[in-house]
Amino acid sequence: MNFETTIGLEVHVELKTHSKMFSPAPVSYGAEPNTQTNVIDWGFPGVLPSINKGAYSYGLMVALALHADITRQTHFDRKNYFYPDNPKAYQITQNEQPLATNGWIEVETDNGKKRIGIAELHIEEDAGKNQHDPDGYSYVDLNRQGTPLIEIVSKPDIETPEEAYQYLEQLRQIVQFTGASDVKMEEGSMRVDTNLSVRPYGQADFGTKTEIKNLNSFNHVRDGLAYEQKRQIQTLMAGGIIQQETRRWDVDKKETILMRVKEGADDYRYFPEPDLPPVTVDDAWIQEVQAALPENPAQRRARYVNEWGIPAYDAGVLTLTLEMANFFEETVAGGADPKLASNWLMGEVSGYLNAEHLELKDTKLTPAHLSKMIQLIEDGTISSKIAKKVFQQIIANDTDPEEWVRAKGMVQESDPAVLTPIITAILDANQQSIDDFHNGKDRAVGFLVGQIMKQTHGQANPKVVNQILMSEIKKR
Amino acid sequence: MISKESVAHVADLARLSFTEQELQEFTGQLDEILGMVAQLDEVDTTGVPATTQSIALNNVMRPDEATAPMSPDALMQNVPTHKGTLIQVPAIIDKEED
Repeated sequence: MNFETTIGLEVHVELKTHSKMFSPAPVSYGAEPNTQTNVIDWGFPGVLPSINKGAYSYGLMVALALHADITRQTHFDRKNYFYPDNPKAYQITQNEQPLATNGWIEVETDNGKKRIGIAELHIEEDAGKNQHDPDGYSYVDLNRQGTPLIEIVSKPDIETPEEAYQYLEQLRQIVQFTGASDVKMEEGSMRVDTNLSVRPYGQADFGTKTEIKNLNSFNHVRDGLAYEQKRQIQTLMAGGIIQQETRRWDVDKKETILMRVKEGADDYRYFPEPDLPPVTVDDAWIQEVQAALPENPAQRRARYVNEWGIPAYDAGVLTLTLEMANFFEETVAGGADPKLASNWLMGEVSGYLNAEHLELKDTKLTPAHLSKMIQLIEDGTISSKIAKKVFQQIIANDTDPEEWVRAKGMVQESDPAVLTPIITAILDANQQSIDDFHNGKDRAVGFLVGQIMKQTHGQANPKVVNQILMSEIKKR
Repeated sequence: MISKESVAHVADLARLSFTEQELQEFTGQLDEILGMVAQLDEVDTTGVPATTQSIALNNVMRPDEATAPMSPDALMQNVPTHKGTLIQVPAIIDKEED
């Protein structure tokens, strides 16, 4: 029997605001426990939440970037549940009227481009964090309580674990380029839950779905879904049944493990949030957000290709992260040739980052220094060979490349008045090579260049050396 | 009529535990309250859109500006047990979150 697979993804993205969704307490990652909160986050009696307009605008920005329809008249709802990481015992969310509906993301599949629908995007508040200690207690940090989130719910359009991976990559990239979120899985500013079901080909109804929670990398999503797909098919083939349950991906065992079985629908007793007035999104607000919407990755790629002549593949690599794309543009803005800047970033810089397991921001390299170094190569001050040494210096230390090459005497010798006497002296001493050259043995030139380089300790400008050498050797 | 089972269910969701006698008593009281609210059913609301608010306010929002957080020492005054600036709670076994 053949099966088809249906996957839906729920992605939570933390918005990069200064303050929380419903309280003016600061949002900051990695602070000491319970130092970034106030009485609203703690749900003290009598406190009044208020809507963070900046957070809502970020939500609108992501919705526009995902081609979704903005809901013009909306309100917040309470989702009631009892759990220590949320002292109010309810989460303020948008249940009835989400911020936006009907978006899409385009992914590349084996059969070409495919659009994956987004059912809805809604704004809600994050909960605090629990830690479970071996001393028999759990401990609660409410710093994250109230951090603005958007939840992006895909339509069940995803058919393979690979498509899920592509969808997440695209989503991460699109959201990151809006500047609305850092979308870092490792810091929890992007979190993914998956739903997967299988059914025999041609069956009209979806199969029973299982959920995988708390996946913390795109690879785990892909691996977890692939495992779950196989597990469900094998269970059905063996005559078993799939029950609606929540599982988690065990990274070491490489399998999904049952967390709990869902019995009936969750009883969240949603009702409209009485403490917050409704929200109306008018044309002016949408236009304001639209005007503030930064270029998306596709627009940037097109600009690199069309205006700067960067190959499409390279433009794709440069726009994988906002950090890299901005670094590239600042390097070019500093005066470097775009193609050279692109080559350096994709070559030496990426090589260094991979080898050292670092991100650009963890190095001392600045766009200004990279740009200056590239210009030193362009104007012949340093050779590309010397540039590799300069590069090692400027990425590991905050060093001005120009000052450094001058201080280290690494400036390339390009002056014919200096180079010509050296070259003629070497020709005088190597009559055999001159004869070889005239007999059509090109290797002789390589030997002579090597001698000149040795004499000048590698600092002679190879281009100038070549010109002088060719004209001198032809005279003999 | 609200059933005793519904009251027990809601109590369970709110992590409240009642004796059989209390359950009986609250079921009766809730039934009276709901009966009073049910009088609203007499009003003809045909064509009236559902409302989520009783005050005619709209778009009351604040700019995205952070104010100083409260000191954890002050907040810990209301915490029965804490370890440093962490709130101590009974061990949590089943993680219900969204």
